[in-house]
Amino acid sequence: MTPFTMPSLGADMDAGTLVEWTRRPGDPVRRGDVVAVVETQKGAIEIEVFHDGTLGRTLVAPGEKVPVGTVLAEILGPGEPMPAEASQSPAPAAAAEPGHAPEPPPAEAPPATRVEPAAAPPAPAAPTPAPSAAGRVVATPAARRRAGEAGIDLAAVPPGPGGVIGLAEVEAVAGRPPSAPAGGETPREARRGGPDLSGMRKAIAAALARSHREIPPYWGSRTIDVTDLYAWLERRNAERPVAERILFAAPLIRAVARALKESPGLNGHLAEDGFRPAEAVHLGIGTALRGGGLVAPALHDADRLDVAGVMAALSDLVPRARAGRLRSSEMTDATATLSSLGEDTSDSLMPLIYPPQVAIVGCGGPVRRPWVVDGEIVVRRVMTVTVGGDHRVSDGRLADRFLARLETVIKEPDAP
Amino acid sequence: MTDEELMRIVQETLVSVAPDLEGETFDPDATFRDQFEIDSMDYLNFIVGLSKRTGLEIPESAYPDLQTPAEVVRWLRGHRAEA
Repeated sequence: MTPFTMPSLGADMDAGTLVEWTRRPGDPVRRGDVVAVVETQKGAIEIEVFHDGTLGRTLVAPGEKVPVGTVLAEILGPGEPMPAEASQSPAPAAAAEPGHAPEPPPAEAPPATRVEPAAAPPAPAAPTPAPSAAGRVVATPAARRRAGEAGIDLAAVPPGPGGVIGLAEVEAVAGRPPSAPAGGETPREARRGGPDLSGMRKAIAAALARSHREIPPYWGSRTIDVTDLYAWLERRNAERPVAERILFAAPLIRAVARALKESPGLNGHLAEDGFRPAEAVHLGIGTALRGGGLVAPALHDADRLDVAGVMAALSDLVPRARAGRLRSSEMTDATATLSSLGEDTSDSLMPLIYPPQVAIVGCGGPVRRPWVVDGEIVVRRVMTVTVGGDHRVSDGRLADRFLARLETVIKEPDAP
Repeated sequence: MTDEELMRIVQETLVSVAPDLEGETFDPDATFRDQFEIDSMDYLNFIVGLSKRTGLEIPESAYPDLQTPAEVVRWLRGHRAEA
């Protein structure tokens, strides 16, 4: 029997609320299967199991908030008998006394689960926020998010046409200096799934304050000519139907991942016991959410996919990040992060590393600039790439090598 | 098909790729990016959805002319007439 515990889905997460079980006791499960959904500050995250087996007893009921490390359920190994009471799930005792302390893993448990058992005894489960009672305001989802992010009480926002509060109405209030200190609770989005943006701001603040406090960073940057890559992209897209078109981000992600693969000091995690370089490149994709907020889910094996494969993975990942439906592995597996601003944005950025990662790559907007090619000044499309590294693991020299390698591989979008 | 119907298609398609915009008021003359923070991924999905919904092939070279809801309606009206 292997305990299935509340995972830590970020440097700052100490507890999560179980939203639902997606499998029932007795169901066979395989490594990577989603068995539960947990509400966190970064949205509802689908939690995967790390072992093949059978879902045994579930010990935490939907609606319970429990500390990281709490045993949520048991995963039975092949041939292990189902406990007798498993058919009635959750056990009444478990519901009455939520938050079971993590048990020491059995001897046969695989090493290195990625959760840290909670040190303190778990607190009683906090009640889940109840949906607002009657008289609730009518507001669009985007307006709710923006209001949450800005700490605006929707009840104080004058509705727009049809009595509905939209983004414009919230922005009108957000733009005004507050007439009184923001009193009361920030409205919490009751709708399942959407990221809680005020909570998300706290999560971003916690992670990046830690980054700023603990990581001695260095940055190196290089401006790279991407004219030929744009031409390649336009040619490729012109001959394909709309559903097969790819974005500039796809060859960029692939090139960054390939260059990272050859820069082990930039790809991995810094743990208590030192730096663990990663074999694979799971590239965190910095994704902005409408109304504010940021999440950087992992695009798995980005160095091994071809451009079409990266595009397919990206098309799957980004909408789920926006909708707040990421998987636990996507929240924890990133070995480095890419922050790409896109066209018509800043020329460059100096990104902060997201711990426990040790590097982040920031791409400014690709712009047309006068550029010297073969001794002549010509108009080229260029992009400034900045890599931030952790001095506890590597030095600026590695950034130079990475950027030189990136400049080469970004010109080879079709390379195997 | 009237311009109102085309505008409804534009709105429904955009909401289908960005569900959190459900219920938002559309300014026909503001760019998708300015009014809804639509990025390149949302935009591509919007074009894919529009192409499916209307049966029209929308070339990448047309993107610069398809930045506001009103521009999209105009483009669809013109190209439906051709088709």
